[in-house]
Amino acid sequence: MFTNRLVNILIPVISVILGLLFGAFIMLGFGYNPINGYLALWEGAFGDSYFFGETLRQVTPYILSGLAVAFAFRTGLFNIGVEGQVIMGWLASVWVGLAVDAPMIIHLPLAVIAAGVAGAAWGFLPGLLKAKLGVHEVIVTIMLNYVALYTSNAIVRNVITDGRDRTERIPETASLSSEWISSLTQYSRLHYGLLIALFAAAVMWFMLNKTTRGFELRAVGFNQDASRYAGMNVGRNIILSMVISGAFAGLAGAMEGIGTFGYQSVKGGFTNIGFDGIAVALLGANAAIGVILAAILFGTLKVGALNMPTGAGVPSELVDIVIAMIIFFVASSYMIRWFILKMKKEGK
Amino acid sequence: MGFFDILQSVIGPAVFFSAPLIFTAIGGVFSERSGVVNIGLEGLMVMGAFVGIVFNLTFHDMLGDWTPWISILVAMIVSSIFSIIHAIASVTFRADQVVSGVAINFLALGLGLFLTKQWYDKGQTDMVERPFYTMDIPILSDIPFIGPLFFTGMYLTSYLAILLAFVGWFVLYKTPFGLRLRSVGEHPMAADTNGINVARTRYIAVMISGAMGGLGGSVFALTIALNFSHSTIVGQGFISLAAVIFGKWHPLGAMGAALFFGFAQSLSIVSSGIPLLQDVPQVFLMIAPYLLTILALAGVIGRAEAPKAIGTPYVKGSR
Repeated sequence: MFTNRLVNILIPVISVILGLLFGAFIMLGFGYNPINGYLALWEGAFGDSYFFGETLRQVTPYILSGLAVAFAFRTGLFNIGVEGQVIMGWLASVWVGLAVDAPMIIHLPLAVIAAGVAGAAWGFLPGLLKAKLGVHEVIVTIMLNYVALYTSNAIVRNVITDGRDRTERIPETASLSSEWISSLTQYSRLHYGLLIALFAAAVMWFMLNKTTRGFELRAVGFNQDASRYAGMNVGRNIILSMVISGAFAGLAGAMEGIGTFGYQSVKGGFTNIGFDGIAVALLGANAAIGVILAAILFGTLKVGALNMPTGAGVPSELVDIVIAMIIFFVASSYMIRWFILKMKKEGK
Repeated sequence: MGFFDILQSVIGPAVFFSAPLIFTAIGGVFSERSGVVNIGLEGLMVMGAFVGIVFNLTFHDMLGDWTPWISILVAMIVSSIFSIIHAIASVTFRADQVVSGVAINFLALGLGLFLTKQWYDKGQTDMVERPFYTMDIPILSDIPFIGPLFFTGMYLTSYLAILLAFVGWFVLYKTPFGLRLRSVGEHPMAADTNGINVARTRYIAVMISGAMGGLGGSVFALTIALNFSHSTIVGQGFISLAAVIFGKWHPLGAMGAALFFGFAQSLSIVSSGIPLLQDVPQVFLMIAPYLLTILALAGVIGRAEAPKAIGTPYVKGSR
């Protein structure tokens, strides 16, 4: 009755339900009507085509940052540095957008590629340190997040502009947004990046499941010693995994840089796209299709939350609590697994 | 500007910036030494800052001069209780400790901001009426040379931080409890065989890190930030984590590292008045602590060796 595959699907579903229930209890505890709260959230995410467009726009970077975290996970690496790689990708895409003057057919791909390369470069260093010196990638990537934040701020302020807090808007030739697609959704900020994100998910699936290289990457994730014994170059696979993961993250930055906003600004704090990517990857069980579904869920929650204060009087931060609890439940899947196993035994 | 003036202008801010980091880093040492990774330090500081500010705002009429001290005590207790979530996940439910830490960070910020909106109807709280104030230490501040450098215009909490680092060292290295805690982090099976309750020890260690993180967060809030918003604690917890590693998982080492990071942070603020440094772009001073940590990890500054059993849940009976 409960196969392994079913359990693997059940865990994220149960976690989401538990997380939403937890949010409902908090709303109840503070005297709100949880049904109104979640209705307002639904309305804010899918109420009309503008909101729907905004939800899809939010889903776009989430897919890519989720893929970034998931890809590293599959090789047994925890890339907390997605946040920093997103910032560097964002910066690179805007920089190329502003510095280069070319027709769209060259300019736009160039900006997108630049973002991927910048993210990949930012992922290369932790990969190298892990592969050559065995330094734990979690700490290195956390530290690099801050280096990315401050470096990007300094470059925006001192190199791209003359002491301003924001770069110019990128020209149309480097922009992912289009009049047409945005007019479809009552002028939301939806842009063509969604196609890139979905394509990236397909690439990840193909690469991990259908190529020799992908097999090696996964093998290293399962058992480094066995992989080494089988003649694989573990170090090279670790570096490659971090580089590809960083490239996905860089693309997520491009979605914001040349898609949603069209500029880079001096940031007081993190974008949270990378950190939310951790939640997306975890919930999506590190598989391409799972990441897309989880990104849709979190994008919906984030955009829908903005309607909760006006729609039901509930502070939008409630959604952050719900997301935290979902991560917590997924992480503690041992508990859910144990519970399902117990039901299985009693069912017999 | 003479050398002495430079010293004076650097030491004060350095100590005052590092105190919250020292508290939190000591907590991190306890947790990690027992084998539980604590990326949630940031969230524990957020919780501490939130509780410290809210308690201070609510009770300053009743408690008068004692308000900030009682605020940080309450923040310690609440954060310690909050950290039990991390302990339950990583010890009892055998969750991935890094992931659980990430959840703690999300949860603390979400809860703090949700309750701030709920109680104050806006994105940030009011400014506290009774923060900590700097003071000159009687008698000691009259000592020539040392007095003006170390005992003038200081926060009492800074001394508390340094004192607690030594207490932490004593507990960890000179008491049976400390020995047990370290053994649980190095080789839980051996510790278990010797009758040490691994799960309980780890729970206590995580709760100590919660209390210290709460202390660090509330001290930061009541000396530097003075209110609570989404940008009150931005990365101090992660710097503290860096201090734990840079200090090689030793309380005094962590204190030294935290002092150094505080120094680096204060440099980026006071550098404009210091010859030589005023020409260095600020960004280099700001990223220095992080780059140094990476260098330290890469073994350039002495190899940092993590506790052996860190990050792995202990399952009784497994090999």
